[in-house]
Amino acid sequence: MSFMPYVPPEQLIKDRSDYARKGISRGKSVVALEYADGILLLAENPSATLHKISEIYDRIAFAGVGKYSEFEDLRISGVRLADLRGYSYGREDVKAKDIANGYSQALSGIFTQQMKPYEVELLVSEVGDEPAGNEIYHVLFDGSVTDEQGFVAIGGRSDELMEALRGSYAEGADLPTAVHTAVDALSSVEETSVVAEQLEAGVLERSRPTRRKFRRLSDQEVLEILPAKS
Amino acid sequence: MSDDASSPPYGPPGPGRPIGANPSFVDLITGGRPVFRAPADVPSELAIAHGTTVLGLKYADGVVMAGDRRATEGYSIADDKMDKVFPADDLSAISIAGAAGQAVEIVKLFQLELEHYEKITGDRLSLEGKANRLGQMIRGNLPLAMQGLVVVPLFGGFDERRAHGRLFRYDVTGGRWEEEDYHANGSGGRPAKSTLKKRWKPGLSRDDAVKVAVEALLDASQEDVATGGPDPTRGIFPLVYTITASGVDLVGDDDVRGAYESVVEDRR
Repeated sequence: MSFMPYVPPEQLIKDRSDYARKGISRGKSVVALEYADGILLLAENPSATLHKISEIYDRIAFAGVGKYSEFEDLRISGVRLADLRGYSYGREDVKAKDIANGYSQALSGIFTQQMKPYEVELLVSEVGDEPAGNEIYHVLFDGSVTDEQGFVAIGGRSDELMEALRGSYAEGADLPTAVHTAVDALSSVEETSVVAEQLEAGVLERSRPTRRKFRRLSDQEVLEILPAKS
Repeated sequence: MSDDASSPPYGPPGPGRPIGANPSFVDLITGGRPVFRAPADVPSELAIAHGTTVLGLKYADGVVMAGDRRATEGYSIADDKMDKVFPADDLSAISIAGAAGQAVEIVKLFQLELEHYEKITGDRLSLEGKANRLGQMIRGNLPLAMQGLVVVPLFGGFDERRAHGRLFRYDVTGGRWEEEDYHANGSGGRPAKSTLKKRWKPGLSRDDAVKVAVEALLDASQEDVATGGPDPTRGIFPLVYTITASGVDLVGDDDVRGAYESVVEDRR
């Protein structure tokens, strides 16, 4: 039997939170914005293949920041949950809320029971038939969930990003404007200006004629939007 | 969900724990067990709907896949507007002859298998990979096939790497053969195939390929009771899809009606 010294729960929670926050703050951030035709997810990501943003289901997208292996693991679990739900019931029964709740349960279990907490923050977003039907859930490393509206930033510089977006975000913008808003916010908190090739962007597009509403914006597309700015 | 997250797919590797996330949806729902287990006995007189004739043929831009619309239940017609050809993903389609309920389930699982793979890995399966996976799923159905629930698919797709259309046929054991020209399956498969043999040429245009497909199905319906023919009065025509580099497209009823009328005209 090993001897476990007494650690007050407050201290334990605080140590774990500090550890997780430190891990998350080392990484880059992701910005999510509602625009006229859906939801834009945008991140600075030097890799073109190791994604922070991806598709979960027909109307649902995922974004994660922090430790890649950990949010990738959660992303895969989310795709599995969604595909199983859709197979067992109906495709329209798969909801972002259920997936966010799943993440919340998993992360809160890991936070209290595992050796170390996951150093991740996630966004689960769903595009609705009407702009009012959009949903964005923000899940923290300890399993707490918040329901966001309009815009949200996660990751290392999220507080500064939120501050920047609060000043610049406009409801019902078109996609190019939304991309500009997000890129400007990212550039304003990073010391250097953000280059298009280093951006990863995906949209949940309401007007997309296919069942699957998620689409990645290619480098070409981002390049075409960016220099168009006055 | 919580199980999944607390025992990550990328855990320490070892026996029974290969590295990497398994991108298979079928494995996910079955836990690796055979997908379809046979009940103790399927009585031979059990009323089960059967889909009948389907065919596929290669043409200049890709592959045409087509099927008649009839499902039979013994000597009755169970359905005269059944779909037997289904897009599997953006660049491939599957058509199935055999026990209808079982066939539709296999198609649904196959569609999910492709989409799940794409979402987990971030890459689309190669056409070779899709065709191989379908063979394994048909082999998984063998216990049920032995009891009469036979499902035999045709699989056609556009191979992005090789930049041409490809057509595969299967038998009940999951055996897979690639066809260089055409193939037809089901109770009317034999008459359909003899029409294809006479009419098919390399490098057919889209319209000619659709016409050949419609003619083969028309002949099948005249030789086989279980194959439904075109019914202009009720507006029921064979279901025809084209699969090309730009995707899987349903050929409209007007085009199919036109092809049918032109076949009838040739025979006057």
